[in-house]
Amino acid sequence: MTDFVAITPELFLLTMACVVLIVDAFLPEAYRAVTYQLALMTLVITGGLTVALYPAEPQVVFHGAAVVDGMGSVLKAFIAGIAFFAFTYSKDYLRERNVFKGEYYVLGLFAVLGMMIMVSAHSLLTIYLGLELLSLCLYAMVAMHRDSADASEAAMKYFVLGALASGMLLYGISMIYGGTGTVDLGEIAAVVASGDIVDDTVLVFGLVFLVVGLAFKLGAVPFHMWLPDVYHGAPTAVTLFIGSAPKMAAFAMVMRVLVDGLEGLQADWQAMLVILSILSMAVGNVIAIAQTNLKRMFAYSTIAHVGFLILGVLSGTEAGYAASMFYAIVYAIMSLGGFGMIVLLSRGGFEADRLEDFKGLNERSPWFAFIMMVFLFSMAGVPPFVGFWAKWSVLREVVAADMVWLAVVAVVFSIIGAFYYLRVVKLMYFDKPEDASPITAGGDLQAAVSINGLAVLGLGLFPGALLTLCVAALAAS
Amino acid sequence: MDMFDIYLAIPLAPLVGALIAGLLGKAIGRAGAHWVTIIGVALSTVLSFVVYNHHVLEGADAFNGNVYTWAVSDGIAFQVGFLVDQLTATMMVVVTFVSLMVHIYTIGYMHDDPGYQRFFSYISLFTFAMLMLVMANNFLQLFFGWEAVGLVSYLLIGFWYERDSAIYANMKAFLVNRAGDFGFLLGIAAVLMYFGTLDYAEVFARAPELVGTTMEVIPGAEWSLFSVICILLFIGAMGKSAQWPLHVWLPDSMEGPTPISALIHAATMVTAGIFMVSRMSPLFELSETALSFVLIIGAITAFFMGLLGLVQNDIKRVVAYSTLSQLGYMAVGLGASAYAASMFHLGTHAFFKALLFLGAGAVIIAMHHEQDMRRMGGLRKYMPITYVTSLIGSLALIGFPGFSGFFSKDGIIEAVHHSELWGADIAYLAVLSGVFITALYSFRMFFMTFHGEERMDEHTREHLHEAPWVVTVPLILLAIPSVIIGWLWAEPMLFGDYFGEAIFVAPEHDTLARLGEGYHGLVAFMLHGIMAPPFWLAALGVFTAWFLYMKRTDLPAKIVARVRPLHTILVEKYGHDRFNDWFFGGGTRGLGGLLWRVGDLALIDGLVVNGSAKVVAWFSGIFRRIQTGYLYTYAFAMIIGLLLLLQFAVGGS
Repeated sequence: MTDFVAITPELFLLTMACVVLIVDAFLPEAYRAVTYQLALMTLVITGGLTVALYPAEPQVVFHGAAVVDGMGSVLKAFIAGIAFFAFTYSKDYLRERNVFKGEYYVLGLFAVLGMMIMVSAHSLLTIYLGLELLSLCLYAMVAMHRDSADASEAAMKYFVLGALASGMLLYGISMIYGGTGTVDLGEIAAVVASGDIVDDTVLVFGLVFLVVGLAFKLGAVPFHMWLPDVYHGAPTAVTLFIGSAPKMAAFAMVMRVLVDGLEGLQADWQAMLVILSILSMAVGNVIAIAQTNLKRMFAYSTIAHVGFLILGVLSGTEAGYAASMFYAIVYAIMSLGGFGMIVLLSRGGFEADRLEDFKGLNERSPWFAFIMMVFLFSMAGVPPFVGFWAKWSVLREVVAADMVWLAVVAVVFSIIGAFYYLRVVKLMYFDKPEDASPITAGGDLQAAVSINGLAVLGLGLFPGALLTLCVAALAAS
Repeated sequence: MDMFDIYLAIPLAPLVGALIAGLLGKAIGRAGAHWVTIIGVALSTVLSFVVYNHHVLEGADAFNGNVYTWAVSDGIAFQVGFLVDQLTATMMVVVTFVSLMVHIYTIGYMHDDPGYQRFFSYISLFTFAMLMLVMANNFLQLFFGWEAVGLVSYLLIGFWYERDSAIYANMKAFLVNRAGDFGFLLGIAAVLMYFGTLDYAEVFARAPELVGTTMEVIPGAEWSLFSVICILLFIGAMGKSAQWPLHVWLPDSMEGPTPISALIHAATMVTAGIFMVSRMSPLFELSETALSFVLIIGAITAFFMGLLGLVQNDIKRVVAYSTLSQLGYMAVGLGASAYAASMFHLGTHAFFKALLFLGAGAVIIAMHHEQDMRRMGGLRKYMPITYVTSLIGSLALIGFPGFSGFFSKDGIIEAVHHSELWGADIAYLAVLSGVFITALYSFRMFFMTFHGEERMDEHTREHLHEAPWVVTVPLILLAIPSVIIGWLWAEPMLFGDYFGEAIFVAPEHDTLARLGEGYHGLVAFMLHGIMAPPFWLAALGVFTAWFLYMKRTDLPAKIVARVRPLHTILVEKYGHDRFNDWFFGGGTRGLGGLLWRVGDLALIDGLVVNGSAKVVAWFSGIFRRIQTGYLYTYAFAMIIGLLLLLQFAVGGS
């Protein structure tokens, strides 16, 4: 029975997703908002349950299929919270484009369920299950705006490449199973640590495929190609969902596979991650400069941030993992805000996703220009915003792991990256607006984006609590 | 109410006033702005008197405590704290009282100015900053106050920012003070380096241990630590207290409104350097080199700046040069280890110089902002109160027996006479002949303004009348201490134990003690003063002024014609401004231009900034093409990536 208690949040979410699906099918068009409110309520309760069931000790349930631990619980609570904001941001956007349907919320809830399964997986198969549940939902969400050619194309690419990556991941899993005889992460770790395997070629071979699968999900170079097209082509409401919470799930997946399962092969995966990290920071930051579309620019910025996020993991210490976890959470919050701002400025027939659309924002709305500046400065890593602390904490761990050169490379690329963030700030504050129409977004959206921005500022001024939480969460897992 | 709360309230009251007047100026209106700031400053004045009573009259122990720890770095705490003793209490009373008078006076002087609220906000902010400076118990806060008063001074000199001359003047004040502050900051850094703390009490307590320490600033030359520290600190004082050769900003600062000339550029801020040296007396006493340096710089300032006052025709500039000269006197007193005498002169000077400035301001209002004395004259009958109070101020300034300036200035002159430091003889001559010059320019100004024929135009004459009560009341209230404060302070300050342990004087330097050996009461001191050379020199100066500007008004022009070259040198102010503009102004601009062209445009912009930006942009353009949009390219990239990783991870083993 305790096994079921431990996964109450997931069970509740699954039940409610089905309830929402059925309720939505019978709702008249005029009451569509009920679906939305039910979805929000589900997320709040799921998050609340996760927090309430925060475990003192890691607890492996269902014969090694899942684990409930500190890292998982914190990430799951943040996933629910971020999804809550993502749903709030998307309401007006979907309504104005006439796609305010129950599907978005049902798919979104199932995607959240997929992420939660990934986060609490304790077996390679569970991970795969969660990943597929998440991915299938996302493919459908990208394609939801059926009339948009861009969206359909993006969904197609995402689907095909995602299938390819899934195949590789599955192949890697089969190799590991072949080498160790188990898919349970704890047992894999025990076998690797026991030293019974004399020639680990087959494990490393499998590891490469696993890393490729993880890199695809994270969007690390050279497995990033889908990311700009999908971010750009998908409706902004979907982009902000894809760009935020799933990054935390992908981080958890990396932790589960590489740290919980294959920590014994650290020397091998560390070298691979170094390469992926440098390539991601370089390609992401450099190509972002050439972009004129804000969503595309944020896509490349994501790639660059992924490079940073990997830095903490590859340092191979508990503190490094905590730094990466902090980075993943912070990144999800900032990215959510950045895309949320695009949603806020858009209206029916106008996407507000070109750089020019942000010209002179300060004259149109000083408050939101300020909030956007907070997001951009934070992404660029300017103190005192929280993005600075995220970068600072991973760099500190890289230096502590005696890889000063890597920290220097990272800093150089983040300086290059500062350019394109600051360019947007310049457009907002020093250029004349091309379009002086007032901001028409609803009050709830304005409030949510403001809270999001103030959170980035507040966490930047008082980063200690969240950092401590991440360290404590990892200690309890 | 606890004393601690009182200490805290004293600087905060003007700050609150300044913030309200500055930020809510439009909302509370003109009357609101002057009420809120005057109430703030009045409160701190009253409380300052309470503190004065507590520490000086009742003789309570000094208070030394921290209020707030700003930061701790490497074990060094950066504190906000107060050290309140007799020295501080005296400064607090002087600062708040003069500030209050100036606040009230401003209501009349700035009556029609559009920047009324801004002005009140600034002067209240100044009062806050000055109080933080004098109440500091550590070097960091001292530096904060030091820079904050400098900032407000900058803002106020450029108060009428539409005038080019005001902008020039405030920039000049700012730049010259930077030169001084550079030395000051180095001095503080040296203290931190050798003492490891910024707290006054700890530094002073440890100072005797470090006597004999030397430091090698230039390789091969061993300098005494205390000489280096004290001279560096005094360079800061030279900027703030306008000592030669960093005095050039003070005359130009007269571009600001007259009330701030009185408050900041005569009574309080410019004396911060004098106060600072007195506060640092335990350090200065350890270096005779530094004391001689102070003595010589002070003597040069006292004598040569006084001379310049003789050829000025702008009424405010005469008073400004007189201020420079008097600051020189104070510095000389410091150099002779007569810190108490310098502080005494600082106090008396604050009252009578503020009085003279405000009197000059009253004349300027009456003359419709005419400042040239050649177009004044005979104002006595139009402005009787201003006339009498200005006379009192002038008599105090020249050191007429019985007036406050007499006691304080005589104290300094006699102390220098007894000093045995290197340079004391020259300094004595300088301050002695300075007395004649002081009397001459003071009464030249007095006679040209208030006596003689009326040289103004008809229109101005018709409108001449006495200033309103908000102007005359401060004049009267300042005239009272200008007369009596000498009687109250002379004996305890010069010969008594007024400052207690706040000021430290090494026995071998104690010139005031030697002076005290021949002291037999105030009346005897005065009678002795009448016999002594300073009195006769002053009398001669007044007589000369009367003779040249009242009796034989044709003579000055003839004398000028005779000594044309000398006159030119004085009018050109010894060429300091010309030299600074040419050498420092022109030189730095030339150097800057060169570095800009070669270093910035060619190297940094061309090669580093634009060069690397071009490379990045080029790469960006190339890599962008890889993102073709075709699915097979993407899949291909993934496969290539996989193969490379496989080769890397498995192929090697």
